[in-house]
Amino acid sequence: MASGEALTSSEYIVHHLTNNAVGEGFWSLHLDTLFVSGIIGLVAFLGMAKLAKEATSGVPGPLQSFIEILLSFVDQQAKDTYHGRSPLVTPLAITIFVWVFLMNAMDLIPVDFLPLILGVFGIHYFKAVPTTDPNLTFAMSLTVFTIMIVMGIKVKGVGGFFHEVVAEPFGIKLAPLNIVFRLIEDLAKPISLSLRLFGNMYAGEMVFVLIALLGVWQLPLALPWALFHILIITLQAFVFMMLTIVYLSMASESHG
Amino acid sequence: MNINATLFGEAVWFGVFIWITMKYVWPPLQKAIADRQALIAEGLAAGERGKHELELAGKRSADSLREAKVKSAEIVVAAEKRALQVIEEAKLAAKVEADKVVASAQAEIAQQVEQARAELRGKVADLAVAGAERILKREVDAKAHAEMLAALKQEL
Repeated sequence: MASGEALTSSEYIVHHLTNNAVGEGFWSLHLDTLFVSGIIGLVAFLGMAKLAKEATSGVPGPLQSFIEILLSFVDQQAKDTYHGRSPLVTPLAITIFVWVFLMNAMDLIPVDFLPLILGVFGIHYFKAVPTTDPNLTFAMSLTVFTIMIVMGIKVKGVGGFFHEVVAEPFGIKLAPLNIVFRLIEDLAKPISLSLRLFGNMYAGEMVFVLIALLGVWQLPLALPWALFHILIITLQAFVFMMLTIVYLSMASESHG
Repeated sequence: MNINATLFGEAVWFGVFIWITMKYVWPPLQKAIADRQALIAEGLAAGERGKHELELAGKRSADSLREAKVKSAEIVVAAEKRALQVIEEAKLAAKVEADKVVASAQAEIAQQVEQARAELRGKVADLAVAGAERILKREVDAKAHAEMLAALKQEL
């Protein structure tokens, strides 16, 4: 166990679910979340940028083929759902899918592995999976929400956007009701988006921690759960990406 | 749940990664993919063109083969005609030659007949003289009658 002292089960669990924070109150930072998500993102996206820079239109190498297949898959999803032409949608979907997938995949590292190593260097709290931090999932969903609003205003114009807020779905006479509906609808989007990812990953991590408490029995249990978790990792990344595309396409098409 | 300033930090990370993907990852890869698609389409079109050209060349070769056949048939006909002509000429020449040979043979025969006739004439005269001698039972003076005998010989 990370700190080396004898902990009770609940202490062990709480310890594993505590971020490495600095600062007080709202103005504190979760260093582990920021660090892990940043490193993963920088490695993944700078690596892909380097590969894209050297990309050949001739016979691609295995790595380029893999990245091309992955990105083309995401692009296809974006094209199937989002019918406008936007230079932002596909890159946004790619960013979400790749980043969320890799951050979720941190869950597959045995729960005690990183805290044990970092404990040697005097770091006692470390939550390795950034997507189990609601700060990250909310940051992503609120960014998507902002892009959604901006895109809606850009496509429909300020007047068109606010007309839609006031007049749909029940017509201009029921404007207050329409506004309430719109608020609920729009607020539900970022909240459901972020809480879905956070809840799934937090629960998965929790199960890993609980399995880790079982002593020798954790081995036959951790493996099936990890295998099953691969599914959740991919699925959650895909769902976040897909819903983002759907929200953006809804924002740029008139509905009602 | 523990919402704090990490939110802003993560939003910054997210923005940075979107920017990297939008500027440095997706456009070059998209271009590479589009270029490759164009390249493949071009290759397929070139293949199609090559196939078409092969077909044309096949047609052309069949044409020239047919032409050559016609020409060779013409040549054969001309050669046959020429051969017939040559044979005719040869026949004509042979006929002329044969006529010549026949003529010379006839001349020779006529000559020999003439010669034989002269010889016979002599012998007949001798026989007549001998016959007359026997008839007259006396010797005819060959010398005295030589003139008469020569005239007889001429009459035969």
